[in-house]
Amino acid sequence: MKMLVFSILFLCLTIILCMFRAVKGPSAADRLIAINVIGTKTIVLILIVSFILKEAYFVDVAFVYALISFISTVVIARYIENRWRKHI
Amino acid sequence: MRIILMSVFLLGGLFFFMVGTIGILRLPDVFTRAHSAAKCDTLGALLCMTALIIYNGFSFVSLKILLIIIFVWVTSPTATHLIAKAEYLRQANMK
Repeated sequence: MKMLVFSILFLCLTIILCMFRAVKGPSAADRLIAINVIGTKTIVLILIVSFILKEAYFVDVAFVYALISFISTVVIARYIENRWRKHI
Repeated sequence: MRIILMSVFLLGGLFFFMVGTIGILRLPDVFTRAHSAAKCDTLGALLCMTALIIYNGFSFVSLKILLIIIFVWVTSPTATHLIAKAEYLRQANMK
């Protein structure tokens, strides 16, 4: 149990460090990559919280979070791509 | 025994998350940052979720976590590919 709590605190620390790159990144792709990594870390965080609280339905929440994170990343990447494709 | 195995897998996953985060902060280019972010998305998530499967034992929840592993492994390289393609197109049009 102590191992799970330690891993949650460590994941929160790495999420904060990723947030620096998401705020400071020079281009939009840097921010998108950092947000994608934060999404993956949040999935693992929700799974570990579900094992600490012993609530089995948080696993479904993590799966829906994975779906929404993928959809948002694809939509923003296609937006950047189409904005620059017009100038050819 | 199961707790020791789970701790080893979880510490490995946290190590790969740390390495990927340091790479995202320190590397100089967008494509190298995408390469570093792939370490987080594949190996770190796989090791952490495998540790949770070992901790839980074989049940229906473990099958759901396995489904999440397969989903992350399919979608994360796809998203990184789309981001890299958009960035390449932007840099090609800037010149």
